[in-house]
Amino acid sequence: MNFEWLADFWRYRELLYFLAWRDVKVRYKQAALGASWAIIQPLFTMIIFTLFFGRVAGVPSDGLPYPLFSFCALVPWTYFSTTLSQAGNSLISNAPLVTKVYFPRALLPAASVLGGLVDFLVGASFLALMMMYYRIKPGWSLVFAPVFIGGMVLLSFSVSMFLAALNVRYRDVKYALPFIIQMWLFITPIIYPANYLPAKMKPFLAFNPMAGLLEGFRWSLFTTRHLDWGLLGSSIAITAVLLVIGAIYFRKTERTFADIV
Amino acid sequence: MQKGALPPRSGSTMSQAIAVEKLSKKFVLGTLQRDTMLRERLISLLRAPFGGRSKSANILWALHDVSFRVDTGEVVGIIGRNGAGKSTLLKILSKITYPTSGTLQVAGRVASLLEVGTGFHEELTGRENIYLNGSILGMKHGEVAAKLDSIVEFAGVAQFLDTPIKRYSTGMRLRLGFAVAAHLDPDLLIVDEVLAVGDAGFQRKCLNTMEGLRTGGRTVLFVSHNMAAVENLCSRCIWIDAGRVCMDGSPREVIEAYMNTFANAREAMSDLSSVENRRGSGEIRYTGVEYLTPAGEPLQVVRSGDAFVIRFRYHANKPVAFPSFGFRLYTEFGTLITDTSTWHHAIDIPLVPPGDGYVDLHIDFLNLLPARYYFSLWITGPASPVHDNIEHCAELDVELANVYSSGRMLDSRSGIVFFPQHWTVHEPSLVGAGSKAGEQ
Repeated sequence: MNFEWLADFWRYRELLYFLAWRDVKVRYKQAALGASWAIIQPLFTMIIFTLFFGRVAGVPSDGLPYPLFSFCALVPWTYFSTTLSQAGNSLISNAPLVTKVYFPRALLPAASVLGGLVDFLVGASFLALMMMYYRIKPGWSLVFAPVFIGGMVLLSFSVSMFLAALNVRYRDVKYALPFIIQMWLFITPIIYPANYLPAKMKPFLAFNPMAGLLEGFRWSLFTTRHLDWGLLGSSIAITAVLLVIGAIYFRKTERTFADIV
Repeated sequence: MQKGALPPRSGSTMSQAIAVEKLSKKFVLGTLQRDTMLRERLISLLRAPFGGRSKSANILWALHDVSFRVDTGEVVGIIGRNGAGKSTLLKILSKITYPTSGTLQVAGRVASLLEVGTGFHEELTGRENIYLNGSILGMKHGEVAAKLDSIVEFAGVAQFLDTPIKRYSTGMRLRLGFAVAAHLDPDLLIVDEVLAVGDAGFQRKCLNTMEGLRTGGRTVLFVSHNMAAVENLCSRCIWIDAGRVCMDGSPREVIEAYMNTFANAREAMSDLSSVENRRGSGEIRYTGVEYLTPAGEPLQVVRSGDAFVIRFRYHANKPVAFPSFGFRLYTEFGTLITDTSTWHHAIDIPLVPPGDGYVDLHIDFLNLLPARYYFSLWITGPASPVHDNIEHCAELDVELANVYSSGRMLDSRSGIVFFPQHWTVHEPSLVGAGSKAGEQ
């Protein structure tokens, strides 16, 4: 990695903040329901999941109430998926900026990733209310929750850096993104617990970095759960690899952004 | 970080602000397109599986082997036709895009203003946009906060500071955008045709700000089609043509040489027969425009105060009864200056037989100040069905002139028009003598 590139990124940190602030501000300015959208989206998904998977299909939830089980994964998942689709399109949606001013281009996906945290916090506070309603107290492991969230921030930044850069050249990404996100939802233990998978399929879970991070997040909230160190380890390793790949690809292509976006 | 270590800004130390060495920028047309799809890649792969990249790719050198140096404190105007590579050069100097080959060195804090109000967001208020725009242009939050009052005053939007800018007029937006940029306080300011937009008041503000920068010993690089502004503001002028430095020297000489090339360009421009963006029945149509001297010679440069002829050539497909030929002249900002026609002059043309012909508009005295103007042309019939109407079909560039014979040049900062006039000055008499007519 190029040191100068990182230094430039740091020098422009204020702009990063402003871009993230703009995204958040604009998102809620014209929405009548404002920040409550950050709750509505995972809430209704949770209701649907509870009805169809929890009740009808009888998917187990490891002793937790199914609504809580799915909601506690849906809040970070909603963060991850919305961030991915926004950051993945960030270079294109900010094309006028890219073609008219210089700044480190990576600020654009980074700003989407940061801005999404505001929604996450809103959703997380609703999650806290739900836990109170179900009278479930988190244990000491709660202190690790930010670590898993941090992992997701890095993961979505890595993937979206790659996708955003690719998107500039191939607009196919724009159309593929919603589809990718939908597939990803089903291969991640959100609807079902990781140990629900048949033993044959379980090793494949290790290739999905979201799996370990989400299971880890659940573990940090509920004392009854066990942490799958192997799964978590592979998630972290894959995230690190993706971060490097994403940054290298981004750095290699960013010089051409202004010419072709 | 360049924050604490600004180079000295007095004109005495001639340090280098820009050094550009053999800069080239290549575009491969056809492969770098907006909506590139994987599909196209795949198709081309299928068509020529062993051919590698297609050989027929069009290569465009937007810049070719460009070298020059600019000293601190110079104000350099960059002129040239559209597509000559001026904007590409500014983009490379601003680090927005990268050269294919060559090196460049730029010293100090660079502010590039390729557009006014870059990154403005409709939903945000004026105040919010000031912070956002300032940050995008490279100002620190504290810096914007400290200059906020001054920016607001400059833009004249105090009452609307907390209104979303989607409610702003175009003029207000422009003023706000420029106000932020004017407070950047850069070592090197790069400006691309900002003056082409906005009303006269706004333009004057822009020019004054640039003049302020010049007197403050900063370096300014600015692209413009406004030759008068270049001549007035710049200490040096670079003419770029087809991606190369065509001439580099004193503004007056470079502009003169540049303008002289327009004799040929004008012929190319004046062909209207292939213009597709037109309305009307088409029975009779404009086919071309020519500029002539009153004696009928081709005219190269139109200057304020000139007498000249604009010849509109037309072609009729079938006999056309009672057509009226009309001409509408606009400022660059779309303000209608005048609409004149054969109808206004009560010239009845009973019948135009099929074939080619022309009408001449004799302008006895062009009382327009130097600037770029546009005109639209129309032909209507008696019950006013439109035969032909081409909006903004040609440009009329009016150049600097010594209209008052005073040796003092008029430019677009003096307004749009002037009229035949003279001044007399009457001083209080000392020894009972009468009044004395002053010069001009």
